[in-house]
Amino acid sequence: MRDVLMEIRGLSKTFHVSGGGLGRRAREVRAVRDVTLSILAGETLGLVGESGCGKSTLGRLCLALEKPTSGEVRFEGRNIFDLTNLERKAFRQAVQLVFQDPYASLNPRRTAGQTVMEPLWLHASDPGQVPEEARSVMRTVGLSEEHAQRYPHEFSGGQRQRIGIARAIALKPKLIVADEPVSALDVSIQAQILNLMKKLQRDFGLTYLFITHDFSVVRYMSDRIAVMYLGRIVELGSNEAIFANPLHPYTRLLHQAIPVPDPRAKRPGPLAVIDDHPAPEEGCLFYPRCPERFDRCRERRPELFERETDHRVACIRREEGL
Amino acid sequence: MTASHRQPLSATPLLEISDLRTVFDTPAGTVRAVDGVDLVLGRGETLAVVGESGCGKTVLALSVMRLVPAPPGRLASGSVVFRGENLLTLDRKRMQDLRGDRISMIFQEPMTSLNPVFRVGEQVAEIIRRHRKTTRRQAMDEVAELFHRVGIADADQRLRAYPHQLSGGLRQRVMIAMAVACRPDLILADEPTTALDVTIQAQILALLDQLKREMGTSLMLITHDLGVVAQMAERVIVMYAGKVVEEAPAQVMFDAPRHPYTRGLLASLPRLGTDPATPLPMIPGQVPSLYDLPRGCRFQDRCPDARQVCREEEPALLTPSPGATVRCWNFA
Repeated sequence: MRDVLMEIRGLSKTFHVSGGGLGRRAREVRAVRDVTLSILAGETLGLVGESGCGKSTLGRLCLALEKPTSGEVRFEGRNIFDLTNLERKAFRQAVQLVFQDPYASLNPRRTAGQTVMEPLWLHASDPGQVPEEARSVMRTVGLSEEHAQRYPHEFSGGQRQRIGIARAIALKPKLIVADEPVSALDVSIQAQILNLMKKLQRDFGLTYLFITHDFSVVRYMSDRIAVMYLGRIVELGSNEAIFANPLHPYTRLLHQAIPVPDPRAKRPGPLAVIDDHPAPEEGCLFYPRCPERFDRCRERRPELFERETDHRVACIRREEGL
Repeated sequence: MTASHRQPLSATPLLEISDLRTVFDTPAGTVRAVDGVDLVLGRGETLAVVGESGCGKTVLALSVMRLVPAPPGRLASGSVVFRGENLLTLDRKRMQDLRGDRISMIFQEPMTSLNPVFRVGEQVAEIIRRHRKTTRRQAMDEVAELFHRVGIADADQRLRAYPHQLSGGLRQRVMIAMAVACRPDLILADEPTTALDVTIQAQILALLDQLKREMGTSLMLITHDLGVVAQMAERVIVMYAGKVVEEAPAQVMFDAPRHPYTRGLLASLPRLGTDPATPLPMIPGQVPSLYDLPRGCRFQDRCPDARQVCREEEPALLTPSPGATVRCWNFA
């Protein structure tokens, strides 16, 4: 049994957005709703969902880049929203982020070498060692010595993502939150980055929270998978369980919708009509789109429950054994 | 070279592109974004154009539409024959008559291709009124009918919406309504679902396929997503650094890809059945810069099968089997 590295308890985050226009009514966006989830040491936990489901907000909360509306996140036993300055420095070292768009997340006026050295300077015990450490980190991610002198615009997308990864692993973190790390990359480059991330995980014992909308990528990368819909985790289980036996109607819908790179594959049948459904106030959030809904789904909001060993789902149909 | 021999003699192709070269004159030199492309598209056919960013697939579509920004762009040579007319030599007025009527285009990001200050209904009606003699009222009725057909619920109300009031999926449906409004012969769809979630993507693809069948429209689908290709296309063209490197019926390309680049692309896809314990096969290196192309084959630096001849001479487009071509010395 793996140890728990990060524990998310009852976490919610609500944003208040001004309505715009003359009426100006503030609108609430409930990005994350009462999420409870553990990230185990050494695993890759895939967090999958469509745009606007709150997966990036959840990732940012795990990095303490956002303050939650309620709930807490414990890292090595301490609530990350309530750390002393010294503890926070250690936390910032232990948990790192890899962004989706490596171009937007690199300072265009710093060379690759400077970018990788910056976190090393901030946390260095021996500044004399920093340049050598940076070179070593860059070699680890497949960049050469001469790359250190170049600026972001001189790199291709794949190489820029390598710089982003080098920066993230420079301080030998325990947990890396990777938010759509390959979504902006071309197909032939995606595989290079995915392989690199797997290799780094083996070599350094990293833990990943791997956020993506791409089901094939999450399948390849993850040990366990959490499926998110409108701010809630609707299904959580091992990689095999989620793919061999998806339980939530939403997971099944996603499954069906993925275009398979084989012309013989069955095409997705007619899918439930989607319109801009507002999230229902009560009952299951997926109700308006659910092909399996029945009346009881409107009565209360389903909680995750263990339907099979290590496979949990939040669905009233499944609760009733259907 | 013309590609007409690939079509049965009885059927004149709807679109025939021969030796098309579209270049961009930049301070750093002339970039040949589309570098001698030949292709043929039959009536009612769906052709996918596949390739990575910068391979020239979008510029190819813009060239057909004559929408390449000029300068710096320039249609340097070749011909684009659509229903017997060479689009590259048409005058502006005639081209405007065709655009939106006989040929239409769907763009990747509907938010940037819809005008934010006009109601979406009016924008679609404008296309109809530009090409048909009809009153404003009649045009709006047609748009309501179109919205209904592309699956927009509450069509009558949605006509009055501004683009920002619609979700990405609905905006893309508006774009599709606009593209099919005049029942065109040809739709060019440039990454029509890339900005959308997979569940919405599945719906948009099903919708495109259905409309295409109903109207007998030909579809040129530009995408980097091989899953989308497999689902939609009858024939596939693979582009690399401005050139077509392989063309084949879709089933053939997925079963037995020939060009080392196509093989590499297909192998590197994480699939639902891929064993997570083994590393993904990958194409090493990166696409060469169009400013600095190597002599010989453009894929040589990344190719597992590169030989001496590949470094010296540009491979010709070879025909290894009927209906399939490949630009690779290994098939010579």
